[in-house]
Amino acid sequence: MTAQLALDDAGLRRLLHGLAPVDQVGADARAAKLGTRSIKTTAKARALDLAVRMVDLTTLEGADTPGKVRALCAKGIRPEPAQEDCPSVAAICVYGDMVAAAKEALAGSGVKIAAVATAFPSGRAPLAVKLADTVAAVEAGADEIDMVIDRGAFLAGRYAAVAEEIAAVKAACRTGGHDAHLKVILETGELATYDNVKRASWLAMLAGADFIKTSTGKVSPAATLPVTLLMLEAVRDFRAQTGRQVGVKPAGGIRTAKDAIKYLVTVNETAGPDWLDPDWFRFGASSLLNDLLLQRRKLATGVYSGPDYVTVD
Amino acid sequence: MSLFEYAPAPESRSVVDLKPSYGLFVDGEFADGSAGTFKSVNPATEEVLAEVALADAADVDRAVAAARRAYDEVWSRLPGRERAKYLFRIARIIQERARELAVLESLDNGKPIRESRDVDIPLAAAHFFYYAGWADKLPHANLGPDPKPLGVAGQVIPWNFPLLMLAWKVAPALACGNTVVLKPAETTPLTALLFAEICQQADLPPGVVNILTGAGATGAALVAHPGVDKVAFTGSTEVGRQIAKQVAGTSKKVTLELGGKAANLVFDDAPLEQAIEGIVDGIFFNQGHVCCAGSRLLVQESVAEEVVDRLRERMRTLRVGDPLDKNTDIGAINSAEQLARIRTLTEAGEAEGATRWSPPCELPERGFFFAPTVFTGVSQAHRIAREEIFGPVLSVLTFRTPAEAVEKANNTAYGLSAGVWTDKGSRILWLAQRMRAGVVWANTFNRFDPTSPFGGYKESGYGREGGRHGLEAYLDV
Amino acid sequence: MSDTSPTARSAVRKTYKLYIGGAFPRSESGRSYPVTAPGGEFIANAAQASRKDARDAVRAARAAQPGWAKATAYNRGQVLYRVAEMLEERRDQFAQQIASVEGGPLDAAHAQVDASVDRWVWYAGWSDKLSQVLGAANPVAGPYWNISSPEPTGVVALLAPATPTLLGLTSVIAPAIVGGNTVVAVAPDACAVPAVTLGEVMATSDLPGGVVNLLTGSTAELAPWLASHLDVNALDLAGVAAGSDLARELEVAAAENLKRVVRPRAAQDWSADPGLGRMKPFLETKTVWHPIGI
Repeated sequence: MTAQLALDDAGLRRLLHGLAPVDQVGADARAAKLGTRSIKTTAKARALDLAVRMVDLTTLEGADTPGKVRALCAKGIRPEPAQEDCPSVAAICVYGDMVAAAKEALAGSGVKIAAVATAFPSGRAPLAVKLADTVAAVEAGADEIDMVIDRGAFLAGRYAAVAEEIAAVKAACRTGGHDAHLKVILETGELATYDNVKRASWLAMLAGADFIKTSTGKVSPAATLPVTLLMLEAVRDFRAQTGRQVGVKPAGGIRTAKDAIKYLVTVNETAGPDWLDPDWFRFGASSLLNDLLLQRRKLATGVYSGPDYVTVD
Repeated sequence: MSLFEYAPAPESRSVVDLKPSYGLFVDGEFADGSAGTFKSVNPATEEVLAEVALADAADVDRAVAAARRAYDEVWSRLPGRERAKYLFRIARIIQERARELAVLESLDNGKPIRESRDVDIPLAAAHFFYYAGWADKLPHANLGPDPKPLGVAGQVIPWNFPLLMLAWKVAPALACGNTVVLKPAETTPLTALLFAEICQQADLPPGVVNILTGAGATGAALVAHPGVDKVAFTGSTEVGRQIAKQVAGTSKKVTLELGGKAANLVFDDAPLEQAIEGIVDGIFFNQGHVCCAGSRLLVQESVAEEVVDRLRERMRTLRVGDPLDKNTDIGAINSAEQLARIRTLTEAGEAEGATRWSPPCELPERGFFFAPTVFTGVSQAHRIAREEIFGPVLSVLTFRTPAEAVEKANNTAYGLSAGVWTDKGSRILWLAQRMRAGVVWANTFNRFDPTSPFGGYKESGYGREGGRHGLEAYLDV
Repeated sequence: MSDTSPTARSAVRKTYKLYIGGAFPRSESGRSYPVTAPGGEFIANAAQASRKDARDAVRAARAAQPGWAKATAYNRGQVLYRVAEMLEERRDQFAQQIASVEGGPLDAAHAQVDASVDRWVWYAGWSDKLSQVLGAANPVAGPYWNISSPEPTGVVALLAPATPTLLGLTSVIAPAIVGGNTVVAVAPDACAVPAVTLGEVMATSDLPGGVVNLLTGSTAELAPWLASHLDVNALDLAGVAAGSDLARELEVAAAENLKRVVRPRAAQDWSADPGLGRMKPFLETKTVWHPIGI
């Protein structure tokens, strides 16, 4: 892959534009059809627990405080305090300055700390600032870094700049003997076309991404099922070509258990069961967790629960 | 898929209230047939669903007489806007009873509930809604200043889309002021009989729609009846040929929508993922029981291996089984006869040297099922490349240049549909222009709409159904 | 009565041959038949086309079809208009031939030529309007561009009526070719004389060879071969008596490959406004779908 990284804009352009094009209507129709799968009873119970284990429970507000983060961590470790069988979430996702608070709250829980970095969400800062942002988060204890790509450069066809930046952030993730996982946010809502989503996915993977992630959650539309479908196709094809498996994280806009199950069906039938694991698929979400818990209860008790019976964080 | 095996998700049968037996629907009422009964079977379980009256020539006489009476005394005199209201009403009742119709269709036909629910029934309702609007606008249809109805239409429909084909026939006929005698297929009469109830609920005047259940002999008697002014048939080219001979020398107007062996052309610059979906949709939709199915896949040699590999991977996720399970992609083959025909042709494919492949899938022990199948190494001369299999069986051939693709695609006696997958706009139009087929799907496949004319070239029949063009079949212009 | 005086000049008579693939061959059978006036006077010997001539004519028509269909509508319209021009120029010649083979006054024959010229002009103007009048943009319920347009059905066999000779031929040939079909027309019996002259008009009208092929001879002999020919897509039975056994038998034969058939009418008025009735049966509607997306 390093050979391709040495490619300039023109070379990358030939590579990325040589990928099979995407027909938007066909991709939308395929996603809609996957959305008609009906997941019931035992399959649904397994799906709900899997979805809980895949959640990157997220708070990314200017108003965040260590207290808020600690509360979220508690929820992430034990989403259902009264139920022993309810799994923990995959990670808590916060801004870099909240990593220390999260690290303390999550100690020994197995729940990972993900930090957004690189001048999230716009990414409009000098590279040095982005790298410093990353190094700070990693040194504070972040297990995972969620970076944003330079969409301006991507849309202008400056593919080499995008790739080099990803590679530099990847190196920063390994600073001081650390080895933080790198999730690369494409911000698909700003990429305008499915062809661009596909190209950006490949570009990020070629540049060393461990995960490709749809969105910051600050731009609408955030994650959609067709976009996630395209990214799942990309990671599947990338592994077939290179042998390296890359994860996928849709983020933003996934609020209901029903939606989450549609995503899992799409993972299952597109990338395949190898990706049905928190190591390879995550949901970036805040309110999704509570709906998963409500549905979990409905399945266990047979009665519909209500928002008063899950915690507001 | 062990990690995430889908549990069964069966649609409830309770929405359908099946009677043990059904009569013929003539002159607004159900009545026994003169020739005894036959059984309609659920092809997924081989259980008998209901006994249905068998109509003979005497019943055809009665039904045609009722239709003539209704034509002369009521329907042809009714202003278009009043006819329209009945058709709108029927469209609405189909929507209201959609779930019931979908379940019944899947029970009687074997098609997956996802398709009867999401395709057949909504399109049937849409068809009535579309043609309802034409009833009072016929002089504006660009078909002449004073279009007149033809009289009594005798309509014979197939078993692959029972209610939808009924809608394709009945809606334009009624909108144009004709009355109809319709014979549903022998193996799928039940939704047509439920449609008869819908006509009653809609207060459609007696005799405007008459439904005679039966087999080939019933249909032949209907087509031959001297009181029939218009014959509309959808089915095999063989029967279409017989009908064309039967009506020769008469003044009956005829439209025929017959068989096909559509080519689906995939070029090396195609949107590949969507092309794979289009191939799958093209041949496995409705178990391949589709006259316009994309049964010949023509792939550019440079991407043939990749396309076939991806297709096989995609086929592994197809779920074959209980039609009423909402997750079933491929349901039951409609009848034992059809299953036998599919087996004969696939065996011929192997015998002729093509390579056969199906994904591992467990077929139910009872009922008529056939695994999705793809043949590679097929040549133009093989039977599986020339004959309509009408099942979930795809033949893969290759081409090197656009001209060769066109030549191979058109090298058939049929001409119903064609598919084209390429990202280059000018090439799409170049290909679309050269396909000798009535419907060309470019970068999509198996799309249907009441506004869109459908019908074939050559031995795929003549006349168009759907859209403004579909009116002409039912008008004297 | 010929003048046999030493100073007299004998006319050079025309040999009436077939018109196939842009050439004027004799019948491969070597047969001919005498064309006579209604009163029985000999006019000329015409080539008596055989089934093999019919076969050759179908082959020529098939070969010419893709090119003719691919010509622009503007071009086809100009070619048909050119036929009218050439016809007009030979007005007197046609009138005399019509009067001699059909009988009747020369005025009526002139009127028939005029009507024929006008009909070519009328159809010439249709070439670039058919798609607009018969096509449609269909508003399907989904993100798809969907267009229907008329396309030629292919090779059409035409059985021209015995009379009116020139107007009858014109009225079956022009509507079939204007949309891009190629034709094999049977000009029966005495119709041969104006038919072959019409062939000469076509040969000098920029009409590509093979677009129109003319067989003179017997409809009863040739029609069954054309009706059953599997490389013929459509059949116009204009020259066969409505309700006759032959009409039914030809329709039965045509059913073998589902030909589009135009049935004969009991009282066909060839001078009436023809409308779209003879163009539509030979046009297929093709509907093309394409997704609309970015």
